[in-house]
Amino acid sequence: MNNELLLQLAQEERDRQAQYQRRIFCCTSTACLSAGAGVTHQALEQGVAACRCDEHEAEVVKTGCMGLCSRGPLVRVETQDTEPVLYGDVTAEVAQQIVAQHVPLQGQDDEIDPDDLDDDVSPHDFLHFRASLRQARQKKGLDRYIIPLDLPFFTKQVKVVLNETGHIDPESLEDYLAHGGYEALAKVLDEMTPQIVCEEILESRLRGRGGAGFPTGLKWKLTLQEEGPEKFVIVNGDEGDPGAYMDRTVMEDDPHRVLEGMIICAYAVGATYGYFYIRGEYPIAIQRIQRAIRAARRRGILGKSVLGTGFSFNADVRIGAGAFVCGEETALIHSVEGQRGMPRIRPPYPSAYGLWGKPTVINNVETMGNVPSIITRGANWFDSIGTEKSKGTKVFALAGQLRNTGLIEVPMGITLREIVYEIGGGIPNERDFKAAQTGGPSGGCIPADYLDAPVDYESLKALGSIMGSGGLVIIDDTTLMPDFARFFMDFCVDESCGKCMPCRVGTVQIRTLLDQIIAGEGTPDDLARLEKLCKLVQKTSLCGLGQSAPNPVVSTLNYFRHEYEELVQAGEVAEAGA
Amino acid sequence: MTAKKQAPPHPSGDERYKAIDRTMKRFKYQKDALLEVLNAAQETFGYLSEELLFYISQQLHVPFARVYGVATFYHMFTFEPLGEHNCIVCAGTACYVKGADYIARYLADAFDIEPGGTTPDGLFSLTMARCLGSCGLAPVVVLDGEVRGKETAEGITARVREVVAASREHLQEEAG
Repeated sequence: MNNELLLQLAQEERDRQAQYQRRIFCCTSTACLSAGAGVTHQALEQGVAACRCDEHEAEVVKTGCMGLCSRGPLVRVETQDTEPVLYGDVTAEVAQQIVAQHVPLQGQDDEIDPDDLDDDVSPHDFLHFRASLRQARQKKGLDRYIIPLDLPFFTKQVKVVLNETGHIDPESLEDYLAHGGYEALAKVLDEMTPQIVCEEILESRLRGRGGAGFPTGLKWKLTLQEEGPEKFVIVNGDEGDPGAYMDRTVMEDDPHRVLEGMIICAYAVGATYGYFYIRGEYPIAIQRIQRAIRAARRRGILGKSVLGTGFSFNADVRIGAGAFVCGEETALIHSVEGQRGMPRIRPPYPSAYGLWGKPTVINNVETMGNVPSIITRGANWFDSIGTEKSKGTKVFALAGQLRNTGLIEVPMGITLREIVYEIGGGIPNERDFKAAQTGGPSGGCIPADYLDAPVDYESLKALGSIMGSGGLVIIDDTTLMPDFARFFMDFCVDESCGKCMPCRVGTVQIRTLLDQIIAGEGTPDDLARLEKLCKLVQKTSLCGLGQSAPNPVVSTLNYFRHEYEELVQAGEVAEAGA
Repeated sequence: MTAKKQAPPHPSGDERYKAIDRTMKRFKYQKDALLEVLNAAQETFGYLSEELLFYISQQLHVPFARVYGVATFYHMFTFEPLGEHNCIVCAGTACYVKGADYIARYLADAFDIEPGGTTPDGLFSLTMARCLGSCGLAPVVVLDGEVRGKETAEGITARVREVVAASREHLQEEAG
């Protein structure tokens, strides 16, 4: 397939969609599915079918995450001439009301009077269904379920990676095309040399979204400079940070965007084959990416001649089996090779010596998701969003003690206060904000004093935390910090791969010390010992996991030291009493 | 890949081995497909028995020690069968903040097992998950595949008691 065919397909899909008077989008992302979106979707489809209206009156679309996961299942109704309406907490019953409200009931009218409905008629009976639709039409109170779209939760966000998420059917290549999909790829293949693509990404100052923030363009350029007929691209979808699900959402809800980014990257560095490394715990993401790859192959977007240009590239999925350390690039490579996921000393970096010893680029899902937009809209546009050193947007999985939780995409440099109090809607149950935890087990806790700090790579690092992959958990004053630190240390003990001694032994020792302190058996010396040990593990571990494992302890010791001291003193008093 | 003599199919004739054979075939019996094969085996059998690991080791011509080493490295692989009913408590950060550890402790105490364990009668097992990624619904538990968001310790324990009691009754009926 060539570029013209692509545009034609896109136009056909746009025309098809324009035929519908209204389109009803039902979120079927993991979070909403957990809240019962499967039943909701079924009720919508049945309802629309039972309306017996003209074919083009309404279409029910399964779509991806709309963001406000705490109000799931979410349903959005878009009509041709009015503003879209978003509904939250949509049960099957509410779904029926939505259909009754928005879709005209046509055809022969019912033989059953709604008032005569009784239990003898099966609810699956068509006439019964129509009668109950008519009844639902008279019901009031649907307004209660409407979520205003002018909430700060929506207006404060800037969507780049999540641009199509929640607006397209993730299982349809055509829908992605209709939203401008693969135009960036066509542009790259048509107008740009690999060097120019690398330069463009470098100029945009996009940095790796996996957490460390290495300049993506530089990584690509280094790989491009390597000789060799065989190079690889790996998309890192091994999102192991507990409390984070950004990458999963992007893969589930807009798989073609990630795939497009990957193909552009492959062209830029001269790779011929790519792997998606996806966590085994994400079955839907695996399935959607596999489906996207198949669809792209059918349409000639992947294969021997990508879009008819002679550039050859193919991709496949590798499933991770649950090891946090596999987020580290060298460990990930070992895992793709079918070995234990253990990191090795760098250099050589994967750009020189990666998968099977060949030059390899490894980028996070979200990083790849940014690439198509940078190509279409230009490096300058991307460079204009964000702070001086951190450009673009960041997707966060907002969770914990907040009114609104879910998936958000915000420009770099937004303050924590805006995220917590405007987007998140503040802390519920009249509690107080205590800390924001970023970066999961590798990150730290930021206390209330720094709520006005901008969220970017440098500021978070200066505060003793990290940007991380995008987990943002808000805790209120019911959580005790030593307990919280222990929770993360427990995680690191479990996930340490065991290769290097500081991490393998150090994490266990830190946990033991924390246990003693929490049990009231600690001494002031133990606090000093804890700090010293943390420093040692940070400085001498082999890979990022060990180097950052003590962060939750260090940052809570730094900002909430009194909680540790109280425990130690309480222990001393008890001992003296005994 | 040089052509090696293919080990014969599993003598038991168990259909499930064929699913694993298919996966190995898809990857042309390459050694680096080990993780994919283990994933398929875990999915088909529900756990990895020693016999199963040995079979994979022979088929892929990978030393048993390496198969075992890789399998035990990753968290998704289990080596014992699960109970008839399985409850997964999410131990992600958001769920932790909302009291998941209390739920896990409560369930474990109620059935006198440790998290990760199975009751001696094989009716119930309690497992912990890293993060189920439904953080907006925290705390989340999954009982026999059904996701239950914003769950309480008492609520889930009562529900587990119900399903376990139903199974026990069923067993007794069959026996009696």
